[in-house]
Amino acid sequence: MRQELTLRGNDAVLTRANPLAKFAAVMLITMVLALSIDWVSASVALAFELALLPLAGLTVGLLWHRGWPLILAAALGGWSTTILAPDSGAILFDARIWSISEGSLELGLGFMLRGLAIALPAVLLMSCTDPTDLADALAQKAKLPHRFVLGTLAAMRLVGLMAEEWQTIGMARRARGVGSHGNPLQRMRATLGQSFGLLVQAVRRASRLAVTMEARGFGGGPRTWARTSVFSGLDVWVFLGGLLIAGAAVAAALAAGTWNMVWN
Amino acid sequence: MPAFNTSAGSVRPAAITARGWGWRHAGRPRPAVSGLDLDIRPGERVLLLGPSGAGKSTLLHALAGVLGDSSADGADAAGGGADRAAGGSPEDSDQTGSLLIDGAPPRARRGRAGLVQQDPETQVVLSRLGDDVAFGAENLSVPPAEIWSRVAEALDDVGLGQLPLDHPTSALSGGQKQRLALAGILAMRPGLILLDEPTANLDPAGVLEVRDAVGRCLEKTGATLVVVEHRVAVWKDLVDRIVVLQPGSATDSAVLVDGPPDQVLAQARDMLTAAGVWVPGYVPVTRARGARSAGPASAAGTVAGPAGQLLLAAEDLAVSRERPRRAGLRGGFRPVPPEPVQSGITARVRAGEALTITGPNGSGKSTFALTLAGLLAPVSGKVSATLDLSAGAGIDPYRWKAQQLIARIGTVFQEPEHQFVTGRVLDELMFGPRHLGRGEERVDELLERLRLTELVDANPYTLSGGEKRRLSVATVLAAHPRVLVLDEPTFGQDANTWAELASFLSELLDDGTAVVSVTHDAEFSEVLGGTELSFRAPGHRDREQPEPGKVTAP
Repeated sequence: MRQELTLRGNDAVLTRANPLAKFAAVMLITMVLALSIDWVSASVALAFELALLPLAGLTVGLLWHRGWPLILAAALGGWSTTILAPDSGAILFDARIWSISEGSLELGLGFMLRGLAIALPAVLLMSCTDPTDLADALAQKAKLPHRFVLGTLAAMRLVGLMAEEWQTIGMARRARGVGSHGNPLQRMRATLGQSFGLLVQAVRRASRLAVTMEARGFGGGPRTWARTSVFSGLDVWVFLGGLLIAGAAVAAALAAGTWNMVWN
Repeated sequence: MPAFNTSAGSVRPAAITARGWGWRHAGRPRPAVSGLDLDIRPGERVLLLGPSGAGKSTLLHALAGVLGDSSADGADAAGGGADRAAGGSPEDSDQTGSLLIDGAPPRARRGRAGLVQQDPETQVVLSRLGDDVAFGAENLSVPPAEIWSRVAEALDDVGLGQLPLDHPTSALSGGQKQRLALAGILAMRPGLILLDEPTANLDPAGVLEVRDAVGRCLEKTGATLVVVEHRVAVWKDLVDRIVVLQPGSATDSAVLVDGPPDQVLAQARDMLTAAGVWVPGYVPVTRARGARSAGPASAAGTVAGPAGQLLLAAEDLAVSRERPRRAGLRGGFRPVPPEPVQSGITARVRAGEALTITGPNGSGKSTFALTLAGLLAPVSGKVSATLDLSAGAGIDPYRWKAQQLIARIGTVFQEPEHQFVTGRVLDELMFGPRHLGRGEERVDELLERLRLTELVDANPYTLSGGEKRRLSVATVLAAHPRVLVLDEPTFGQDANTWAELASFLSELLDDGTAVVSVTHDAEFSEVLGGTELSFRAPGHRDREQPEPGKVTAP
């Protein structure tokens, strides 16, 4: 039930890079892909990203396991574009309003590939980045206020706890005669009641956690960092890698003549 | 900037001085503590006792410097006290007299005191073991190089030194989490260690783990200790002074008795037992099983049946809280059953008989009880209700509608708040009967029997721990189920609530209700009698235990 957010067992090379460098590389790729809907830039980026999987300690199986909702969403988006986009070129399949033409197929394919190529770096980033390290980098390198960053990090731990709590409260309420049966209105009321119960518990837990943190001297004042967030030579390569993928995608699309700015 | 010791292990113990100190929480009419005069010398170890409502936790929070609204800290710290004293409106909290650590207010002595609270889940801040211990030291601006030597030392001191620093904190047991919290404050090198019922949520093994770790750390550092706990036997040999507080009043002193443990326990024994404190060697008087008494059947509202009648049976049951997962593309999306936490369980629940489920934490006791109670689906095997119990609702309790369930099997959860569904005690009790359309006339008797009559208009969330427990039992019984399932009903309860609960359940049993309880409490299961079902530790892959699962005792 509770998701493990640590990276134990994953000692791939990208886990050692600074989270901020990885974040910058991901942003570069995402921004370039957001500029154009074409299948060449997307598939070039996607090919590079798939080649990077081992560096993040991912396999295709693991990728599917963690990212299947994104992959399905991309496929679905591509499919609906294919059948609904205005037809151009030869008609390949026709069922009245749903038709597939060469033009719409190309557009749909571009759409799907682009979705995948944008989603994949995010999955990659999360798979090889420990949230604690990310928080360290955000506070020490990006100079975000540590009270906010560490507070958010501690609160994230409670989210997993709340998932368990939701299940327990559901059972506890069934034991009081509040069922999840009945018409939609009754169900909605039951869910609202359960949400209220969860909210009460979340507030209790959060205030106890706040006391724990305050009692350990947490506040707005200056503090030291046991884990120093550092940039290394690896981070230069990570950033250059991001630049290379983004550049290669644009160059390939321009060369193939498919570059197609979204606002054109 | 806080002062910290750089030489390893050397800690200057803190002194506490209270003069006429009092505190009223924001929005409360009466102070939680008033007129407290107390001196604790450096290095003293004090056990703080008293009835609930005596302000023990309030005092600990004040010493830890976490009392008051968080918006009043920082710039407001100096002027805040004066503002509050001048304003005096009931919405604001209110402090009187003085409470000092080493001659200064606790808030100005950041890092001098370390606090461990009751709920293990909220004592953990970060997700890796070493980072969590380092957290406090970082906040006190200890140089990074020194932090890690402090972390290693603190983990060794609490007996967690064998774990790697990146061990996930979510994988720790309750007792380990509390020891981790202790390590976290030890790394701050505090002169004062404050423990607020640190073992109330732990099983007996966990209680000893934590107590012994505290003992070792005190030997080593010589820090001052103030511990609040109502199980005296656990801490008696570790402390050298017991202070008994009494609920705040304008005229009397807040300290009722004060002295060496043996002297206080001899002097104030009767008063302490009356206040529900667990004095060593004292088992509260409870009603004996089988004793005839007048009227309990009507109070509990049970439909008495012949004792020994089979109501519910579990056959070769495997249990888990996880739901079946869907196999991936290759698995053809078939449901994959979760890994059971316990399997091969066979049990019988009979009218008028108690079934007690025991075993170490994590062995699946609660999960089994919830499955038996029709709240979780079995992983394999089955739970079946006999015709006497089901009365036309079908054989499988998990498939019953919620309203069918509560009239047949009642479940009392470990945390009473999970089961509150209204905002008023009376509505809470009426909830079941109103939905069932019968039994409202019995609510008054339950109110009286469980001493809730005075509280009918109160909000359930505002009750004390003992009151919440009594209410949660009463609400479930208001639907008069023939089987009652209780998950750790005596956890963290004082001796008075304990005795009331045990006596009440003993009456229910004699009147023909079946009582299934998950408990670590040997004295409690002795009062109820019946059969014990003892689970082993979750050792599926343990080669020394080729036969996992149940052992059925007598």
